[in-house]
Amino acid sequence: MSSWIVTDVWLIPATPIVAALLILAFGKHARLAGAVVAVIGQAVALAMSLFAFVPTLHEHGFRALHNFTWFTFGEQPLRIGFVVDPLAVAMMVMITLVGFCIFVFSVGYMAEDKNFSRFFAYLSFFSGAMLGVVVSNSLLLLFVFWELVGLASYLLIGFWIERPSAAAAAKKAFITTRIGDMGLFLGLLLLYHRSGTLLFYDSGNGALEPSALLKIGSSVTLVALLIFCGAAGKSGQFPLHVWLPDAMEGPTPVSALIHAATMVAAGVFLVARVYPIFAVDAINGVTSSLTVVVWIGVVTGLMAALIAVAQFDIKRILAYSTVSQLGLMMVSLGVGGVAAGIMHLLAHGFFKALLFLGAGSVIHGLHHEQDVRKMGGLRKLMPITFATYAVGMMALSGVPFFFSGGWTKEEILHATSQWPSSHVPYYLVLLGVVLTALYMTRQVIYVFFGTTRSNADHAHESPSVMTAPLIILAVCAVTFSIVLTPAWPWLESYLNGHAAQYDPHLLIQSMILVSLVLVGAGIAIGLWLYRRAGEVDPVQQAQPALFRFLENKIWIDEIYERTVIAFAALVARIADWMDRYIWDGLVRGFGAIGCLFGTITAGADEGVINAGVDETTVGARGFGRVMSRLHSGQIQIYLGAVALGMLALLLFYVWLA
Amino acid sequence: MTATLQVFLIVSAALFCIGLLAALTRRHAIFILIGIEMMLAAANLNFIAFWRFGLRSPYPIGVMVAIFSIAIAAAEAAVGLAMVIAVYRHFRTTNVDQLDRLKG
Amino acid sequence: MVGLISALIIIPVAGAIVLYVGHAKNPRVISLIFNALSAFYALMLWLKFDPSAPGLQLIERHAWIPSIGAEYIVGVDGLSLLLVLLTSLVFPFAFCAQKLERGACALMLVMQAALYGTFTAQNFILWFLFYEMSLVPAFLLIKIYGGENRDYAAVKFFLYTFLGSVAMLLAFLGIYFAKGTFDFAKLADLGKTGLLTGDIRWLVFAGIFLGLAVKVPLFPFHTWLPDAYQTAPTGVSMVLTGTLSKMGVYGFIRLLVPLFPNEVKIAGPWILTLVVCSIVIAPLAAWAQRDLKRMVAYLSINHLGYCLLGLFAITTTSTSALIDKHAALSGIFLQIFNHGVTAAALFYFVGLLEQRRGSRGINDFGGLMQRTPLLCGWMSVAMFSSLGLPGLNGFIGEFLIFKGSFATAAGFTAIAVIGLLFTAVTFMRAMQSLFSGPLSESCAGFSDLLLKEKLVIVPITFLMFAIGLNPQFIFNTFNATVAQMARLFS
Repeated sequence: MSSWIVTDVWLIPATPIVAALLILAFGKHARLAGAVVAVIGQAVALAMSLFAFVPTLHEHGFRALHNFTWFTFGEQPLRIGFVVDPLAVAMMVMITLVGFCIFVFSVGYMAEDKNFSRFFAYLSFFSGAMLGVVVSNSLLLLFVFWELVGLASYLLIGFWIERPSAAAAAKKAFITTRIGDMGLFLGLLLLYHRSGTLLFYDSGNGALEPSALLKIGSSVTLVALLIFCGAAGKSGQFPLHVWLPDAMEGPTPVSALIHAATMVAAGVFLVARVYPIFAVDAINGVTSSLTVVVWIGVVTGLMAALIAVAQFDIKRILAYSTVSQLGLMMVSLGVGGVAAGIMHLLAHGFFKALLFLGAGSVIHGLHHEQDVRKMGGLRKLMPITFATYAVGMMALSGVPFFFSGGWTKEEILHATSQWPSSHVPYYLVLLGVVLTALYMTRQVIYVFFGTTRSNADHAHESPSVMTAPLIILAVCAVTFSIVLTPAWPWLESYLNGHAAQYDPHLLIQSMILVSLVLVGAGIAIGLWLYRRAGEVDPVQQAQPALFRFLENKIWIDEIYERTVIAFAALVARIADWMDRYIWDGLVRGFGAIGCLFGTITAGADEGVINAGVDETTVGARGFGRVMSRLHSGQIQIYLGAVALGMLALLLFYVWLA
Repeated sequence: MTATLQVFLIVSAALFCIGLLAALTRRHAIFILIGIEMMLAAANLNFIAFWRFGLRSPYPIGVMVAIFSIAIAAAEAAVGLAMVIAVYRHFRTTNVDQLDRLKG
Repeated sequence: MVGLISALIIIPVAGAIVLYVGHAKNPRVISLIFNALSAFYALMLWLKFDPSAPGLQLIERHAWIPSIGAEYIVGVDGLSLLLVLLTSLVFPFAFCAQKLERGACALMLVMQAALYGTFTAQNFILWFLFYEMSLVPAFLLIKIYGGENRDYAAVKFFLYTFLGSVAMLLAFLGIYFAKGTFDFAKLADLGKTGLLTGDIRWLVFAGIFLGLAVKVPLFPFHTWLPDAYQTAPTGVSMVLTGTLSKMGVYGFIRLLVPLFPNEVKIAGPWILTLVVCSIVIAPLAAWAQRDLKRMVAYLSINHLGYCLLGLFAITTTSTSALIDKHAALSGIFLQIFNHGVTAAALFYFVGLLEQRRGSRGINDFGGLMQRTPLLCGWMSVAMFSSLGLPGLNGFIGEFLIFKGSFATAAGFTAIAVIGLLFTAVTFMRAMQSLFSGPLSESCAGFSDLLLKEKLVIVPITFLMFAIGLNPQFIFNTFNATVAQMARLFS
């Protein structure tokens, strides 16, 4: 059974984009209309995603394609297409649902902004572009939407454009992700060159299907790694993670959208989408490209978790937790747990959106105060925010049984523990779990417990237009775990296309216990460490050097600033200098040589040729004057001259003879 | 003294020199004309002498040339005299020293 | 009866004469009227053109100077038609950009006629005549109507390009003495088996290469360009970058590669090295510029570098697959058109900023987004188009070029990608310092886009979106030509 939505799936990304264009067309003053159109657009997209969800339920591995020719260059058609499969639909439902909540929240959060309607236009565009990434059945089309996601994030991070820091952060995000995108672009070219197609699935001829994978041959690892560059850029993997914390400069709903539903999800989704390329010729599920993914994921996850412990900006802590969680997802994909990675992505989408919106609610309540040291004791002042935030915190920390994040984290740990290459990633991920619980506990203690510090006592609970989305998301973060449990691993079966096999006893016995202990340890350490948290961080007091190291984000930004950026700027200045002085200098040198020749010729003209002619004329005149004297008019003198001449001639002949 | 070419040439040269001397030294135009006629006569004598001793042609080429030359000389003398008369009428003199209007 | 193409060449000249003789009070309006007429003729040409047929169409041929092999022969294939359409589009756009004096308008019209001629002539003498005919008005426009430092820039521009032209003329004379024809089609036929032999062929090759490389311009023959573009009035800069620079690329496609296929194969890697230098160094230099116009000028070098990258990547080896040839050639053609539109639009916007502020240093502005959101928005579209954002026209051309060149010149292509990155960096920096931050005092009195400016900008931006989203209509004009050229180049 295929409903209309399967063939017209393009309508899902198109709806928010059209909404965005409509809002822009309305202009600045149609504030209410702008918000209404954006929310309706998102609701329609959500409804259509749910429609698209229906046919995929009927059979395992359902996949509907709609390929068509975009344009014909020369005699070659370029085909792109849309795909509806469990991966795409699951992502779409998550994106539109989370997006819808964020949109509604924004109505309250941005109520006083003067560019209110433009904000909704950008948000709609962002959501539409991300939906486009998800439903693309062609790496090219995916790249198109991918870049549009980048553009939308640029516009939104720099939304408060009058702040120089926002503009700088937007620029940084665009350029950092574009560095990765250039890798993706090259990977796309290499893939197209080798396999002759950019379609993912094309009834047996697509790039992800065996015949084309065979054609890629030996360069498959390179293709995979180049594509991973793009994914690393968008998903904030080390060493391209630097933009993600700075992206906090955008309004908080934007952060929620970037960190939960759209931007960063794109990278993980991309790896999952092109997973067959990563998995070609796998021995025991290990390939060199996947190994790279695992290690990058591990490094990112651990590094970000460590940095998160030493941050004071409420959003920055969450941002580093996102980076850390993305690393975890990458690890999961790399060790072969594709479904686990995507499940964590979906679950993360819900609880991270919840956390960011909760943080937004706090920031809103505190009149744009973001430093956790100046908060505290908000538990009573903002009860709904606190309750929902606590749910999000538990889910992120991975508290088992009741929270979606707990289950997906189990899956990932399970997959990682069975990775045949090495056990080091597994232990490092376990360490990450402890750290996650630790920094989330720290944040919650700082924000919601203890005494109210500085101006926190003016805080007020946010209006219901902001708390309602929080409640919806909190409910989602909890109830989503229903489809994740090993008892009924419906989502995993759905994503994998075949029934998941589990030995529930094994899970209950070892894994759950391990993570229960670890999470409990993390929370306990947090409670103990921060029991007297105040203006000063206890860890900062105990280990100032270490804390400064982490607080300054391991100085990666500074290192980049001093090396890569400085080098590029230097090269640019050299290029400009060479242009002005070397290349142009050569040209001017040639010009100068020409001028020199000109001067010499001019001198020769004046001094030799002109002067010579002058002298000759003067001489000729003098000569004429002399000669005219001979012309006496005396006929006999002439005649005498003739006679003398004859005589001379005669003598000459005589002398010759 | 036999009549050889050399004798004729010597006579002719003498005649030419006398004529030249007359033409160069005399101040009166008529005398200059007479000198010129004498140089012409020397030339005619040469023609005949070269014909008689050098060419040895059965046809009287040299004589014919001489006669032709004499005829031209006559015409020339006539023109010359006419010019002298014209000059005299204009300048009231035939002294060539005073006739220097061609001076450069 | 005058044919369509000849009419197209004559109309602007007639316009120039009318302007000059008539002492018109509003020269811009008259120029635009004549431009409308020539645009109409260009559209007629498009309608009459049969896009499915390869080869030259609508040929007009008259005897001219038979003794030196010069013939009046004009005709269009897909590439020529595309360039004629581009010229018809950019000139009215440029006339709208700013007020120009009567003389400047007349010179612009003469240049327009020369461009029509250059893009349609099919005989070297005729082509060269038009090619040089475009140079003189450009020189005068910079020299008389230019800004600061105009004498230096104009003389440099003229001498530089003229030197290249002389080299090319000498080379072609060499070819004529060897082969006895100036006809492009015949020469291309001869070229298949090797036009010339011995060392002389390299001399001739170098002469033509130099002439065209200066025009494009290709690194390191580009130094005239920043000065000239920076100094010229806005409209003239638009025309220079939008159309005049295309003559060089056109020459490479129409002359150098068909005439010297074997030489190109040998020299290809060296040329590609220069091309990649253009692509990478130009945006780096652009990044370091403080003058907006100069920045856009440098990026122009980068964008035309992509065209040459595609062209020489597919012609350097004979092994490149048909799909790569088609991709590269289509990409080049599209990139030519795109760059014409986009670069002209960028200069237009810089001109708008300059009109409002009186200067155009990148640090003279700040926080414009708060004062003139529409101007910033539309200008951003042009910038994003230029940096190759998907959904806008620039991306498709660049994607196809990279697709075509990657197969045979993967290394060069991979380095060229850095150029894409630095173009983005350059534009990002420009946007950051122009649009964002606190509103600078000097910009507080700016007016946002006026109606007349909107009327110019909206259609052009619409065109960018149209090509970016559904480029088929533009591919249709040259697909047959691409297929034919791909055969010629193999």
